[in-house]
Amino acid sequence: MALAGIQIYKLLPQTNCKECGFPTCLAFAMKLAAKQVELDACPYVTEDSKKQLAESAMPPIRLVTLKGKAGEARAGNEVVLFRHEKKFFNRPGIFIRVADTAADEEIAVTVGAASSYAVDYVGMKLGLDGFAVEAASGDKARLAAVVGAVRAATGLPLILVGRDPEVLAAGLEKLPGEAPLLMGADGSNWEAVADLALKHGAALGLSGASLEELAEMAVKAQEKGVEDLVLHPAAEGLGASLALNTQIRRLALKNFRPLGYPTISFTSGGGPAGRDAVAAAQAVCKYAGFVVLDRFAPELVYPLLVLRENIYTDPQKPIQVQPAIYEINNPGPAAPVLVTTNFSITYFSVANEVEGAGLPAWLVVTDAEGMSVLTAWAAGKFDAASIAKAVKGFGVAAKVDQKLIVIPGHTAVLSGELEEELPDWTIRVGPREAVDLPRYMKEVLV
Amino acid sequence: MPVEIPKDSWPGAVNTVTLGATGDQGGSRTSTVTIGGERSLPFMHFESPMPHRPAIAMEIAPARPADWSAVLLEAWGATADDPGSWARACEEAGADLILLQFGLKGSGDEPVSADFAVAAVKAVLGSTGLPLVVVGPGQAEVDNSILVPIADATKGERLVLGLCEEGNYRTLVAAAMANDHLVLGKTPMDVNLAKQLNILMSDMGLGRDRVVMDPTTAALGYGIEYGYSVMERLRLAALQGDGMTQFPILVTPGAEAWKAKESKVGEGTPAEWGEWRQRGMNWEALTAVSLVEAGAHVVVLRHPESLRRVRAAIDELMASETA
Ligand code: B12
Ligand code: SF4
Repeated sequence: MALAGIQIYKLLPQTNCKECGFPTCLAFAMKLAAKQVELDACPYVTEDSKKQLAESAMPPIRLVTLKGKAGEARAGNEVVLFRHEKKFFNRPGIFIRVADTAADEEIAVTVGAASSYAVDYVGMKLGLDGFAVEAASGDKARLAAVVGAVRAATGLPLILVGRDPEVLAAGLEKLPGEAPLLMGADGSNWEAVADLALKHGAALGLSGASLEELAEMAVKAQEKGVEDLVLHPAAEGLGASLALNTQIRRLALKNFRPLGYPTISFTSGGGPAGRDAVAAAQAVCKYAGFVVLDRFAPELVYPLLVLRENIYTDPQKPIQVQPAIYEINNPGPAAPVLVTTNFSITYFSVANEVEGAGLPAWLVVTDAEGMSVLTAWAAGKFDAASIAKAVKGFGVAAKVDQKLIVIPGHTAVLSGELEEELPDWTIRVGPREAVDLPRYMKEVLV
Repeated sequence: MPVEIPKDSWPGAVNTVTLGATGDQGGSRTSTVTIGGERSLPFMHFESPMPHRPAIAMEIAPARPADWSAVLLEAWGATADDPGSWARACEEAGADLILLQFGLKGSGDEPVSADFAVAAVKAVLGSTGLPLVVVGPGQAEVDNSILVPIADATKGERLVLGLCEEGNYRTLVAAAMANDHLVLGKTPMDVNLAKQLNILMSDMGLGRDRVVMDPTTAALGYGIEYGYSVMERLRLAALQGDGMTQFPILVTPGAEAWKAKESKVGEGTPAEWGEWRQRGMNWEALTAVSLVEAGAHVVVLRHPESLRRVRAAIDELMASETA
């Protein structure tokens, strides 16, 4: 966390020599705290003070970037415990585990499907971030072959999981110029793995069951010169992992440097159905920087990607679309005019239904400050006047020969006033939910 | 390397509330559910033990619901035809309590009536020993017209009666106080609105052990982030000592999740959404578990398999202690 002016002042020479261009050291310190001047302007700062000031300027949680052949996954740089305090910044990377003991075809199928997976959520294209290749065979040649095969199939960043430094090294040889994450260092082997990470420019993952263990390894790895660390609190059960991840986030935000790194969570595919989804959801909500899933399945991945999007949206800014008239399925002059608001979730639930049903329509999206239909209506941002303004402003009348407007069923009460605002239009009240729109358009609107 | 674990200590606590009353307490329930009482954020056992676990309510309707997803109706089968057998099936599936949700319709196409509603409540109370939450369709007048007779007919059971909103709280609070019941206050996703309603209800003399609040939630993908953050903020305010935010929280992830297209329908959906049933259960369970971790005391669910998944998660969250 950044230091306040008075704390910075204590690190300055306190001689008020004015060479920096300010009358006193305190005045200079205040400017530094406000990031309006550079420390270099004072020629007399000691090396020790410089170091302390540099450290204090560092983010409380280091930004760690994994680089693949194509694409990156970033974690860290978070500044709050609760999203409402500001926002969460770097969406946790979601990785799929691939064990090198699996058959070649199985690996090819999983990697092929997972790396090309893309799903649309309110107009955003969501996908996975990479793969965690596990050296389960213990065989150098096998791991290298599998890493090579995965790399040939996808450019996404990789995590190499394994405890034997020699085996990991064989995998790393296949990833020149990349910054993968090496996962598998613990109290017994961390030094050798740290050397590997240094040699290859990889990030180093540290596993430990307690904060003491993790902090101790982290400090030693730092001393060795490894900068990009990822912590793996190896806890059994959701309760323990929630506690450890919360403690790490709290300590990091209090500037406890040894734990100022992103964390990683592994969900085991074993256990009762659905357990992995729940564990991964907890990791997404509660502070993980990377999440490794044991299997790839769209019905598991899609809800997790949506949850991640929701938790990481800016609480001050609802996701919204541009107010405009949208053309769905090439509407002609006979197509109906539908009205909705510019909250992304609202817009896409309507647009997707109509588009999916293959029906042509003009969709008028009003400026409701990114609020849903009922929220905007309750807040006075979606009323007869704003609908009329949009209809006139977007020149809708010139596009159709049948002047028919359909409003959302939830705002049926608006129809009277809207008739007054738009006297030459026919106002129809549509169904309440977008799912029922296609049937309504086919059966009622003819 | 020694690490000093930062522990928050808070001046405030969540109210402790018991739902349902057994024979010797003046009701007829065979079990009761006690929620609340925390002095820390959810599951931070290392700061202060969590005195009661979050509870799971299963939602049922007085008649087979027309608008529920086929996945749900298939899971409950014929038991969903009648509220008594449905409630019993929920108890067998492991529910902690039952939430009976009325709509605007009674039997057939008739509007819901007091007689119809009282009969349904009696059927549920007769067939299960679990505590019961009874919720009206959410229109102040209709809610009052069925909930007051229900309150009168079940004196002493410590039912939870909802929805208590700005428009009808006087009537419902009076009915609850006269008959030894609790109320469920509902406000639309806003900390200040929740406080305001709690103040109004408390001003009528309703005890702190008789209110559960529903600050409104939304499903995964449909605004869960708003509900999630409002709950976190309510819990923080409660711990900081703001008395009018200290009521335990009930939310309805089941109803919200199964309204979402992702859970509700299996046809005409993108292939990237994956297998329908598993997707639906994930949708409900993930919505619910996220809200439990944000501070929910009661989550209301719809599918028996999600019940199992959420219960397993709560078991893990309650069991684990770290050194
Ligand atoms: C999330 C939410 C919020 C969020 C805002 C989210 C946003 N960006 O809009 C927040 C927390 C900020 C919020 C605030 C408020 N909210 Co609010 N909120 C909700 C909530 C939970 C979900 C809304 C949502 O996103 N729905 C999903 C979208 C997709 O739905 P939709 O836009 O209606 O679209 C659907 C249909 O309308 C239809 N449709 C849409 N367009 C069209 C077009 C046509 C032609 C057709 C046919 C159909 C159609 O298809 C869609 C899918 O089916 C609802 C309760 C609930 N569970 O529904 C309350 C709710 C909408 N809020 C409500 C209220 C009162 C408010 C506040 C006024 C409270 C307050 N006093 O602070 C404020 C107003 C905002 C302000 N002053 O800034 C009330 C409205 C009551 C009413 N009937 O008037 C609701 C219903 C809660 C309640 N039960 O009381 N809210
Ligand atoms: S140059 Fe350095 S020592 Fe001199 S006044 Fe400025 S801050 Fe103080």
